Amino acid sequence: MSETTVEVLQAVPQKRLRARTITRFFKQWDLQLMVVPAIIFIFIFSYIPMYGTLMAFQNYNIFKGFWDSPWVGFKHFEMFFHSRDFWPVMRNTLVISLLKLLIGFPAPILLALMLNEVRKMVFKRVVQTITYLPHFMSWVIVAGFTISMLSTDNGSFNIMLQKLSLIDEPVNWLSASEYFWTILVSTNVWKDIGFASIIYLAAIAGVNQDMYEAAAIDGANRLKQMFLITLPSILPVIIIFMILAIGNLLNAGFEDILLLATNPALRDVSDVLDTYVYRMGIQSSRFSYATAVGLFKAIISVILLTIANLLARRTGNSLW
Amino acid sequence: MHHYTFGDRVLSVTIYILLTLLAFSTFYPFWNALAISFNNGLDTSLGGITFWPRKFTLENYNIVFQDKRLLNGFVIALLRTAAGTVLSIICTAIFAYGMTKRELIGRKFYMVFGIITLYFSGGLIPYYLLIKDLGLRDSFWVMVIPGAISVWNMIIFRTFFMGLPAGLDESAKIDGCGHWGTFFRIVLPLSGPVLATLSLFTAVYHWNDWFTPGIYITKQNLLPIQTMLKQILNSNIMTEQMAQLDSAAQGAASRMRGITTKSLSMATMMVATLPIVMVYPFVQKYFVKGVLVGSLKE
Repeated sequence: MSETTVEVLQAVPQKRLRARTITRFFKQWDLQLMVVPAIIFIFIFSYIPMYGTLMAFQNYNIFKGFWDSPWVGFKHFEMFFHSRDFWPVMRNTLVISLLKLLIGFPAPILLALMLNEVRKMVFKRVVQTITYLPHFMSWVIVAGFTISMLSTDNGSFNIMLQKLSLIDEPVNWLSASEYFWTILVSTNVWKDIGFASIIYLAAIAGVNQDMYEAAAIDGANRLKQMFLITLPSILPVIIIFMILAIGNLLNAGFEDILLLATNPALRDVSDVLDTYVYRMGIQSSRFSYATAVGLFKAIISVILLTIANLLARRTGNSLW
Repeated sequence: MHHYTFGDRVLSVTIYILLTLLAFSTFYPFWNALAISFNNGLDTSLGGITFWPRKFTLENYNIVFQDKRLLNGFVIALLRTAAGTVLSIICTAIFAYGMTKRELIGRKFYMVFGIITLYFSGGLIPYYLLIKDLGLRDSFWVMVIPGAISVWNMIIFRTFFMGLPAGLDESAKIDGCGHWGTFFRIVLPLSGPVLATLSLFTAVYHWNDWFTPGIYITKQNLLPIQTMLKQILNSNIMTEQMAQLDSAAQGAASRMRGITTKSLSMATMMVATLPIVMVYPFVQKYFVKGVLVGSLKE
């Protein structure tokens, strides 16, 4: 068979194939009806806003709408970079998310390692049941607890410190900027340490038990076994979650900050990219400006995720 | 089998102490709030309430349940959770079932189309303007409709459906069931565990979400209890409420009953957490499973 005949033979069925695909599409209308509405839904609620981010390059006017608002290029980006808010917001975002990463990331791993050493099953189950619970409570409730615990009006934390003679007078912890980061990070760890440990506990359960036997025979005590067997065995899981955490680095928090930093005096330490977008966009109606800040954040996040993944690929664990 | 060295003992004791401290510090804020909510407000302000109420009273709860706005917020939250969960689970499960079919034309495209949304989003402001343009602002449905399809949950459902025995579909086809009939009569009844897990997480999201209504709804009578609680914590409602209580004759009564802002907000918080705490013991086994399923796709 010569090459030309092959081409002819392929060209004809392809046209017919396309026609047949369309007929087949309508023939399986009942099946398509399960999927197409969902796709249209995703188009409306996800893709239209994605396209809408182009308004970062406009002077969006709520009366003119997206189509008639004038284009202004990178004006809003430059405005943000040169604004007084830029450095404080960037600093807070990075510091808060790094603190959450440095403390919030290892904490559940440590908890899982400790729970794994517990031989009394009832005790283990009680600790698990209690520590998982805050994950299911809303941030409003958790913030309510925090405010109540730290309150100067007989908050338990102040009372405890007074009883221990560490302070003389109740301290208003939530209105002093030097304590805010600590409170924020502790509250986050408090809320999610238990729930986040589930995944590591599952990974630990999959570790080959023979290794512990062998290590015990070699004279390794339990602390050594913990760090020389258990931890290395679950390292792949840890790395994957580490990559995800780095990709989320600019998500310094949103609900928690909105709820805990109600005191405007805290803005110097509490304003992060997400809350800034909210404040500028929703509260001050500077739509284009806020969208530009949001887009800036999204781009940096993608870059961070890519870098983290490149690093992880060197260790043989990567997301894609 | 094992012989424990002295070091092992020290490690063990340290771990038990640390875990006890952690469990206590997790449990205490909740317990303390509960104690305050059952204690006379004026008595609470004298200080010293830790584990148990000193002057037991139901008055705080009495006020909360008599407050029509809070009660309305509770009902709105229940309605929203029920409607949002049912709609989301049904729509997403149907979508996922369609996506399991090899003969589905465009399956690959649909999948990529969905997965892209997991990594990129338009962000808060374009989404806000979309909701506004769709006329969903100040509507009950803004808390329900945008959650109808979850790509994340679709992937979990799809993985589960694909694990069901292949012969099921065949036999259903022979019995004259179409895709929809097979889904509702055969696949759905076999999907108990995954339905329970995803319903749980969806319901918890809906019950706890205060932010969506917070920015899209301005009508007080449409706000769910979590959003109202947020306002209370910012002491908007509460000062108002206290002012009302303090006005004229009621003032004396409230002072006699010993109601304070603190005792009322604690009681409200307890009411707002009640549904979560009540279902929590029954669903623990499901959410542990759910986390593991969820992490597989990551």
